[in-house]
Amino acid sequence: MTTLTKAEVSDILFENLGLNKRESKDMVEAFFIEIADTLSAGQWVKLSGFGNFQLRDKPQRPGRNPKTGEEIPITARRVVTFHPSQKLKDEVERVQKTARH
Amino acid sequence: MTKSELIARLAERFPQLVAKDAEIAVKVILDAMTDALARGDRIEIRGFGSFSLNHRPPRVGRNPRSGERVEVPEKWVPHFKAGKELRERVDAADLTEVSSASNETEVPVFAVAAQGSINAL
Repeated sequence: MTTLTKAEVSDILFENLGLNKRESKDMVEAFFIEIADTLSAGQWVKLSGFGNFQLRDKPQRPGRNPKTGEEIPITARRVVTFHPSQKLKDEVERVQKTARH
Repeated sequence: MTKSELIARLAERFPQLVAKDAEIAVKVILDAMTDALARGDRIEIRGFGSFSLNHRPPRVGRNPRSGERVEVPEKWVPHFKAGKELRERVDAADLTEVSSASNETEVPVFAVAAQGSINAL
């Protein structure tokens, strides 16, 4: 199993598009910056055919330090959740089924 | 922010490129991510987060209508874990209201569906 990183995505862009290496790298960087900036500003990101990045506000809840057993409340926080689109889920299922059988 | 808004913002950032390039770039990036996940590979974007597959083992479920037992096969579902930097930035911004609305005037698909069902009643 390998891992896809920004460097690989940028190589793929370079090979598939008329961008030079520098532009490909900057484009991949900008792609994730725009998504992160939008989420940080409290707005959802909906990428049709891929999935939605949503925000959830979680209330404070009781927690415990697993080492000492001491009770420490887990503070209220906002978290990002990703909901894959049906298309992405179907594609994963399709390829995984053929690969594993 | 929708995909078309993302494309518009990227096109603005790269004035030396033709607008079509940003559109193709977004498609190529999302396709590369989809292909990686479909193959079972991980995606790791530093500061942003990582994507991987979660395994759901096969189980015996029930048809809620007939009560009949049905075998639910194993499944692989994409999972995202936000990176430390994104987690902290999103949490620090909790003064702003969460907005699922986009800047565009287009109506989200689910809203159209909901309206449709209200009208149908």
